[in-house]
Amino acid sequence: MILPVRCLAVESGDNKFNRVRPSGSLSVEIFLPIADLPVNIFLLFAMGIAVGFISGMFGIGGGFLMTPLLIFIGVQPAVAVASVTTHVAASSFSGAIAYWRRKAVDATLALTLLAGGVVGSAGGVGLFTWLRALDQLDLVIGLSYVVLLCVVGLLMVAESARAIIRSRQGKPVELRRPGSHTWFHGLPLKVRFKRSKIYVSAIPVLAIGFMIGFVGAIMGIGGGFLLVPMLIYLLRVPTATVIGTSMVLTFLTMASATVLHAVTNHLVDAVLALILMVGGVIGAQFGAHAGQRIRGEWLRLFLGLLVLSVGLRFAFALVLQPEDLYSIRLIEGPP
Amino acid sequence: MRFALLIALGVTGAAAQSGPAAAERLVVSLSNHHVMITSSYTGVELVLFGSVERDAAATARRGPYDIVATITGPRESLRTRRKQRVLGIWVNTAARTFIDPPSYLAVLASRPLDAITSSENQRRLQLGIANTPFPELIHDDIGEVSNDPFRAALVRLMHERGLYSEEPNAVTFLTPTLFRAAIPLPAQVPTGNYDVDVKLFADGGLIAHTDSAFEIVKVGFEQFVVNAAREHGLLYGLATALMALATGWLASIAFRRD
Repeated sequence: MILPVRCLAVESGDNKFNRVRPSGSLSVEIFLPIADLPVNIFLLFAMGIAVGFISGMFGIGGGFLMTPLLIFIGVQPAVAVASVTTHVAASSFSGAIAYWRRKAVDATLALTLLAGGVVGSAGGVGLFTWLRALDQLDLVIGLSYVVLLCVVGLLMVAESARAIIRSRQGKPVELRRPGSHTWFHGLPLKVRFKRSKIYVSAIPVLAIGFMIGFVGAIMGIGGGFLLVPMLIYLLRVPTATVIGTSMVLTFLTMASATVLHAVTNHLVDAVLALILMVGGVIGAQFGAHAGQRIRGEWLRLFLGLLVLSVGLRFAFALVLQPEDLYSIRLIEGPP
Repeated sequence: MRFALLIALGVTGAAAQSGPAAAERLVVSLSNHHVMITSSYTGVELVLFGSVERDAAATARRGPYDIVATITGPRESLRTRRKQRVLGIWVNTAARTFIDPPSYLAVLASRPLDAITSSENQRRLQLGIANTPFPELIHDDIGEVSNDPFRAALVRLMHERGLYSEEPNAVTFLTPTLFRAAIPLPAQVPTGNYDVDVKLFADGGLIAHTDSAFEIVKVGFEQFVVNAAREHGLLYGLATALMALATGWLASIAFRRD
């Protein structure tokens, strides 16, 4: 069994943020048992609502925003990642139920993706444990955020800006759809996904599931903002089922990642997760309303800018000289 | 009131050991031997009371009495890492493992240590943070490294968190023989058993010392959560995942619009 580590210190390179302890005028501090930190309950709740609002607006889990926010208020990156998986499980489950009622979920596709996703989650949690032992977990979390968020953010901004310019010129707004057949349409093990009306090999589906599970476990994100474009562009899943299916996959992988993180690293803070998820599901309702009033390409532009700015924020934290070059980590059991 | 308590304690007797060739006895007590941390815990102070009892054999001292109280928390191994710039980004490139340093260390004294006793005595008695041993894992061996920047960083980081402190004026003499000291316990204080070692000095020499102890426990819901997470990881994980699903389900019912 691999379980001997627990951090005492904030392990991150963003040491300067650790001092910004949330202790506002509303001094209702709650002690987070696993994060080992007193935090203002209203601040956490407000963060849950704010991230929930954005996630409802864009139809994403919001993990990629919540994990950085927790790190910035002083929660250790490892605990933030593990606890946000739980938060994302809750918010995606409520979304999945809503889409399920509207019959907008392709269960076969979701389960095939999940088969890859569970293996990916286990691999991700394994790597997570190993990196902690090597003292490099925070670096890898930071680098993953920089690379992933900057690339995805830039792509989204570029794509939506093109769409906006096109609609300004009076041309119809259209998602780019390259040729309908790519190399992996020739792969064996073809499966028919009835509700999505696609007929593709199970191999790319499993591979996508694996990647989402793997990245999600390391970064504490559901991966919805990665999965949706991949399903649309690579597998040609129609928009009618894509978000519902992605929500189902997200809640299944995040629920399994929660259990895996709890078993291997003991880092899931249930109190933290509960406050976040209650705020999150409330915020998501208002966000969903707001999202319906904004046009799609503008919504994608805002989301792209948001993703990009979080990515740049992580990049700065890695590049700027930390205030303190030293950090400490508690080792439980034999060193 | 406090006085009455002290006298009563003096009679029932916390074990007091006499130093070599001295007739003073040291009696100490803590305001609480069982500090409980609840969700509203943001740090408290524990008060150490003590009195110097002189018997007929006590010789006249030229100087005043001095007290050095060392409070040591539970020991757990630590890793201290140092970042270095690699290809433009800051990476943990070097680390040292310290074997069982105290997770809490407070040295409370009535005067600066140098004014109380000689530096040689301080070293011999391991008085003060500077003289506390911090054994390191060196390859497969355990040893002390003098002038180690990693050790200095460990002490500094623990100090910034309020877990290590050295206060030269924390012990106050209320009368020439009666003293009190406040032990600061910040919110992040680790749970476990704490040792309190109190040394009495006079005229530069150690004349008596005694021990006490207290325990810090997390009570109520927090401790339940911590225990569950550590000892029943699978059940805890399943329960947390179920909690998430229940919250999501409740939300989907509460905000159902069709």
